[in-house]
Amino acid sequence: MKVHEYQAKEIFKKFGILTPKEKMCRSVEEVTAAAKEIGIPCVIKAQVMVGGRGKAGGIKLAKDEKEVKQHASNILSMEIKGIPVKKVLVSEAVDIESEAYLGIIVDRTEKKAVVMACKEGGVEIEEIARQRPEAIYKVYADALMGLMPHKAREIGLFLYEDPKMAFECASTTTKLYKLFVDLDSSLAEINPLVVDKSGRLIALDAKINFDDNGLFRHPDIEAIRDRESEDENELTAREQDLSYVRLTGNIGCVVNGAGLAMATMDLVKHFGGEPANFLDIGGSSSPEKVMNALRILLKDKNVKVIFFNIFGGITRCDDVAKGILEAKKTLNIQQPIVTRLTGTNEEKAIEMLREAGLIFAKTMDEGAQKSIELLK
Amino acid sequence: MSIFVDNNTRLVVQGITGRDGSFHTAQMLKYGTKVVAGVTPGRGGQEVEGVPVFNSVSEAVKKTGANTSVIFVPAKFAPDAIYESTDAGIKLIVCISEGIPAIEMVKVVAYLKDKDCRLVGPNSPGVVSPDDTKVGILPGHIFRKGNVGVVSRSGTLTYEIVDHITRAGLGQSTCLGIGGDPVIGTKFIECLELFAKDRDTEAVVIVGEIGGRDEQDTAAYIKKHFSKPVFGFIAGKTAPPGKRMGHAGAIIAGTAGTAAEKIKAFEDNGIKVGETPADVARLLKEHIK
Repeated sequence: MKVHEYQAKEIFKKFGILTPKEKMCRSVEEVTAAAKEIGIPCVIKAQVMVGGRGKAGGIKLAKDEKEVKQHASNILSMEIKGIPVKKVLVSEAVDIESEAYLGIIVDRTEKKAVVMACKEGGVEIEEIARQRPEAIYKVYADALMGLMPHKAREIGLFLYEDPKMAFECASTTTKLYKLFVDLDSSLAEINPLVVDKSGRLIALDAKINFDDNGLFRHPDIEAIRDRESEDENELTAREQDLSYVRLTGNIGCVVNGAGLAMATMDLVKHFGGEPANFLDIGGSSSPEKVMNALRILLKDKNVKVIFFNIFGGITRCDDVAKGILEAKKTLNIQQPIVTRLTGTNEEKAIEMLREAGLIFAKTMDEGAQKSIELLK
Repeated sequence: MSIFVDNNTRLVVQGITGRDGSFHTAQMLKYGTKVVAGVTPGRGGQEVEGVPVFNSVSEAVKKTGANTSVIFVPAKFAPDAIYESTDAGIKLIVCISEGIPAIEMVKVVAYLKDKDCRLVGPNSPGVVSPDDTKVGILPGHIFRKGNVGVVSRSGTLTYEIVDHITRAGLGQSTCLGIGGDPVIGTKFIECLELFAKDRDTEAVVIVGEIGGRDEQDTAAYIKKHFSKPVFGFIAGKTAPPGKRMGHAGAIIAGTAGTAAEKIKAFEDNGIKVGETPADVARLLKEHIK
């Protein structure tokens, strides 16, 4: 789960990490009032959960009141990567002396949390990791002991020559690590971490991604989810214990299991089609789950063919068939349905579906090919 | 021969009285697995499918000689279930439970580090050595005894590929799912180390997917240290970046962990990659005449 910069910064504050004086606003009027309170010049920043806001013109410095209004109205009416900007953050204009990168993730190879620091700020860390890995300084936290003070100091001393600033940075690193672990984050990032002209160490930007698997023990985090900026169907799917990701094609895929669901999308593409989505109905799928899956799928008006690819193990093919029949009856499905059902109770399922006017496929290759042919 | 599980496996099922635990206990017994005990705290003295239930794993180990455990408890309780089996002297833990927070798994693998105990999973479909022993939820009927080792990050996609292998007239020595989470107990390389020593394994199939760099590291390892032929498949060529594709570990971070990157790593290191699941069996069949 992702949160906005302003939400991440509120969390930073709770953990004692210094952030600029700021206020989240939803209208030009709110921005004007906030700018007066914070002081002009100020920075107006679009709050959308995609990268590249600056390049898209979503972050602007306003030098006077007129510019405050102008930028606020521009940014609040723009779209960034297709996402309309509904909120902005009005932020104190910080006089930047130096910029750096500080971030924490779980290193899957080492199976430990790793703190990464880079002397360049505002960078795309994956890019740096690929092109100049030597520019990134890494320190691993001990899984059971946590991030020991000397490890945090290592980060501070790498980034700053001035010992006072190095210790300040060590303290920020310790706080960021505590936040990372306490809140089950998958990413906690300060990019850039800046020193201003008066020698303050400030988190100028903030990014936190939360581990979906940890959300069950953080209802306060789940409560700040910005439902408006997430795909409605993806949210509904999650609430119904389904996993859905919308793509841009026209062949709607319904599959049991995440790996097979990905392989099904890939196969559709392999034979020259375009998958409309990733949809995993999970293991022990009841007819109800199949109905829910189809309800979500049908909200995507691009879907012209529905392709069921089920490899029955714990999932019983007859349960899936029952769901398809129910859905045909109640959901007024116009699109042709191609079914590939194999495994547990396969014969029973095919018997049930015989009269339902579906297209049968014996293998997933055949199913993908038939789905594509139907579009011609 | 085989790896991880065989006829010396004496299994205890943690969470045996739950819906999934009891259902799969029946399935595993039917397959021939020696399910010797079940554990659900507070339900000691009961029986499930004729298997005695104990209050703790250590009691189950003492009374039945269990050496392997399979975990079906909810994610919230799964880390403790793993610790409990480790402390009871269990040698192999297969964790089926899905949804354990990554930070918890970091602690779990650290705790297991110096112990004589291997963890497969979490979020694993299990391990099967065909015609012998099945631990987990894999559908028994698709497997056939043979000489291909299969190791995968997925569940149903593994079944799909195994089904093709079996239909091609080949069989498997051992097939296992290592789990779809970012932090897991056993990775591809550790499985390869065992497949290397297993006389019954002539070739290995690795089923990977987007996210992380396990496949890339494995490819480099194979070139240096693994002499048996390896075939690969990578799922998620059409997955968009930044989106979790079902599995907690299946996510492209920025531009890292893509299918293209992994396929390239495989091919650069001499591993043939199937374009489709059916292709994998075709490649194998061409190799094993």
